[in-house]
Amino acid sequence: MDNPKELHYTKEHEWVKIENGIGTVGITDFAQHSLTDIVFVELPEKGKQVEQFKQLTVLESVKSVSDIYSPISGEVTEVNESLSDSPEQVNKSPFENGWIAKIKLKDEKELENLMTAEQYNEYLKTKEH
Amino acid sequence: MKLIFEKGAEGRKGVSLPELDVEKKENLIPKALLRKELNLPEVSELDVVRHYTKLSTLNFGVDSGFYPLGSCTMKYNPKINEDMSFLQGFALTHPLQGEELSQGVLELMFELEKALCELSGFERFSLQPAAGAHGELTGVMITKAFFKKKEENRTKLLIADSSHGTNPASCVLCGFETIEVKSDKEGNLDLEDLKEKMQQDVAGLMLTSPNTLGLFDKNTEEICKIVHEKNGLVYCDGANMNAIVGISKPAEQGFDIMHINLHKTFSTPHGGGGPGSGPVGVTKELVEFLPAPLIDKNRKGFYLNYDLENSIGKMRSFFGNFGILVRAFTYIKGLGTSLKEVGENSVLNANYLAVNLKKDFDLPYNRICMHEFVLSDKNFPNQVTTMDLAKRLLDYGFHAPTIYFPLIVHGAIMIEPTETESKETLDEFIEIMKKILKEAEKEPEKLKNAPQNTPVKRLDAVKAARQPDLRWKKQ
Amino acid sequence: MDYISTTKKQRKEMLQSIGVNSVEDLFKDIPEKLKIKKLNLNNPLSEAELKKTVSDLSKKNANALEYSYFLGAGIYNHFLPSVVPHLALRSEFYTAYTPYQPEVSQGNLQVIYEWQTFISELTGQDLANASVYDGATATADAMIMTKIITKRNKVLVAKSLNPEYKKVLKNYAQANEIEIKEIEYKNGLLSLDELKKELDEKTASVILQNPNFFGCIESLEEIINLIHEKGTLSIVAVSEPVSLGLLKPAGEFDADFVTGEGQSFGIPMSFGGPGVGFYATKQKHVRFVPGRLSGKTTDSDGKEGFILTLQAREQHIRREKAISNICTNQGLMAVIATIHLSLLGKNGLKEMAELNLQKAHYAAEKIKELDGFEIFFGALFFNEFVIKTPGAEKVKEKLLEKKIISGFSLEKEFPELKDCILFCVTEMNSKESIDTLVEVLKEVK
Repeated sequence: MDNPKELHYTKEHEWVKIENGIGTVGITDFAQHSLTDIVFVELPEKGKQVEQFKQLTVLESVKSVSDIYSPISGEVTEVNESLSDSPEQVNKSPFENGWIAKIKLKDEKELENLMTAEQYNEYLKTKEH
Repeated sequence: MKLIFEKGAEGRKGVSLPELDVEKKENLIPKALLRKELNLPEVSELDVVRHYTKLSTLNFGVDSGFYPLGSCTMKYNPKINEDMSFLQGFALTHPLQGEELSQGVLELMFELEKALCELSGFERFSLQPAAGAHGELTGVMITKAFFKKKEENRTKLLIADSSHGTNPASCVLCGFETIEVKSDKEGNLDLEDLKEKMQQDVAGLMLTSPNTLGLFDKNTEEICKIVHEKNGLVYCDGANMNAIVGISKPAEQGFDIMHINLHKTFSTPHGGGGPGSGPVGVTKELVEFLPAPLIDKNRKGFYLNYDLENSIGKMRSFFGNFGILVRAFTYIKGLGTSLKEVGENSVLNANYLAVNLKKDFDLPYNRICMHEFVLSDKNFPNQVTTMDLAKRLLDYGFHAPTIYFPLIVHGAIMIEPTETESKETLDEFIEIMKKILKEAEKEPEKLKNAPQNTPVKRLDAVKAARQPDLRWKKQ
Repeated sequence: MDYISTTKKQRKEMLQSIGVNSVEDLFKDIPEKLKIKKLNLNNPLSEAELKKTVSDLSKKNANALEYSYFLGAGIYNHFLPSVVPHLALRSEFYTAYTPYQPEVSQGNLQVIYEWQTFISELTGQDLANASVYDGATATADAMIMTKIITKRNKVLVAKSLNPEYKKVLKNYAQANEIEIKEIEYKNGLLSLDELKKELDEKTASVILQNPNFFGCIESLEEIINLIHEKGTLSIVAVSEPVSLGLLKPAGEFDADFVTGEGQSFGIPMSFGGPGVGFYATKQKHVRFVPGRLSGKTTDSDGKEGFILTLQAREQHIRREKAISNICTNQGLMAVIATIHLSLLGKNGLKEMAELNLQKAHYAAEKIKELDGFEIFFGALFFNEFVIKTPGAEKVKEKLLEKKIISGFSLEKEFPELKDCILFCVTEMNSKESIDTLVEVLKEVK
């Protein structure tokens, strides 16, 4: 799966898409693949204040637990409730239906700390051996 | 196999209760408080006997065959221990019947504690904790109480990167933050890392000894010294005590608190997951914090001593898993001074296996081990995994070793043979392990599709977790 | 007996294969000065000697075959069918480890699944776990979960909760920085007025027992509704689950957690342990369940089977993020209780509960008629009841002369209940033994 051009990426394999000051956050295809079958998404709480690169939430596969870090700082305004019943969407559609939370962008400058799709692709190459 | 709920016929019952021999009174409980539905089985005694006998045959126990599950000490469970725990004078006693009517019970607990003190070097033990993790929790609570009394605010505890998951979980349950200390290349705790992390706000260190790589840390004394210099406490996770029972005493090595798993070292059965027993021992200065009561003796006899100034309180109801204490006591009493043979032979068996397996398998910490050792999945051909090897072992009638633990070894295969296994069994295991490795090269699908000879094949864990089905429901 | 099968000759061969000269060489990592020079234990015993030594200790204790027990208070003397130990002592059950290799543990995993079903059915809850240590720690676990769920740290505990449970709660609360407040009882039941006074938006949960420690049956509906008004969670502990053969379970009154002790189901009293703690809750709290869960799934051929599931909640995966540290539980005790509950079944459990209820009431009525004795609380009760006596110590001594074990003297734990005794009557107490009890009590003035 290609990494969409319009998104910003972290080294921990999260992505964020900015629309009207709101960032939609999820994990990349690379991440879902290495985590294997996701069986549970611990949804963050609405209203929670998060900081860039600090823990946003936790994903569980059958035999592991992984921290998910927030690509941006701000308040969680919405969470993807449908993941409670079908966490497999994170595997099937990491960039669309598998989004995790929406966060109100606090500081646009933070985006400079993130990678573009092109940079992320390069970064992945360093990981693939 | 059908569930017991799906068997039987309406009106059937499997137990004969006494007739009601007093006059029956109606309406003792108002209707609104009575239950309407009770969807339990209606089966006969024979239905029950067949059902659970059949289920038992789908299980594998130590009595079924070799069970080299690392860190679990799956040794033979002597039958006399079971018989003793079922004696009416133990099994049919009530915890509140009073000290004068329970002198034998109390004496057994008193003597067991004394033996544990002798074997570990600690001053006193509480027999209350119901399992190893429960012992850890007790130990961490004692640590917390110790610093509270000293009015020192210490908020962190150190754990090794090779530790059991229960260690960090126990610390956090008592409000401590955990910090991991690295292991060095030889499998010992990294002393420099320890020194750096052992700061003034650290209450102490939790360390499994011998450690989960199956090694006796050469620097154990030095480690304890480093922690003590900062006035911290060192907790010994005694899950692996089998290797050193009768050989060396943890209290003399410098540990302050320790739990012992009676269901490992002292042969009480694992029961398919429990009950266990995790007595906690402490040095003299920590006795006042132990859970009350302790068992003591005065001129009148044995009694429950609640007189502990700063006791953390109770860890569970009553006095511990007494039935398990009876089994452990019987074992210790029976072996007596020959307990030393246990430690010696468990280490002999493990080293014999390690030496003979390392010719073909990767042994990342290649030195004399204690009662267990850890292989890695390095050099497995054809993308065969540790899981595949484990499942293939089941096909050959062995239980699998502990796998993917400790986390610091890639694809870890942790093997603990225990002292009760014979050389013939060990030789057979070595042969099968080698055979499986050959299969991995030439017929890897045999491993990937394993097990084939078990009651069920590999189960879908993802399905089980995504749509949890945790109980039967009446249609 | 040391149960070691390596012969001297084999030992030599093995040492050679390892490449060392002696066993001592295997312990070089342990400094010499830390080695035990002499072990101060007895010499090894033969099996016959051992049997005698341990049996002799067992003979020094009163026990339910030789004495008549009217004592409960959390541990109960119930009928133990012969079938139960015969099945539970099949070594495939008791010499197995935790079912981490499901392909060779289907027996255990299915029994756990059946146990989870039994407990869910009995408590009226959606689901139950594979067991925890005992009723007290089960209740403490639930208390901690309510703190995590509600993010509140005040917990109200009924004074009429079993004192053993209260002590454990207190200890766990201290470690978890939970503030506990006790709620008084009135005429043997939780005081609603006191509850209303203390219950507020900071209260994580209210913990009560049913039937409570005094044997009295609480009005769960009213209490739980009241608790829920403040967004507070309810934990109902059951120390005598035989009552659930008759009583409407707390789950049907919308209780959030039902915890308790399953010792009554075929497990010997064994001086208070091992029993088996159970923990049941609603579907929505499934993530707040400590310990193991067995779930149904299919294998690679599509055949049904069982496996430990939702394991990523547990300490061995979640480590410092886990909400419980439990690993070893009371597995075999859950097997015993499951077998016992199967034998009893729908009809037997109801019959057993009825026997307990009727006999306890027969005894209470008879004792009430004696001079100087009265039933202390007017509330409904199941198989335990509080009697005010002319003197608890005198009663105890007098009964002991006739090999009768008196009920639990309440004064030590409840100073306001001077000379009050909590009597327990089960199906094991025949009419004859109850009549004897009454005869002896008659003589206490």
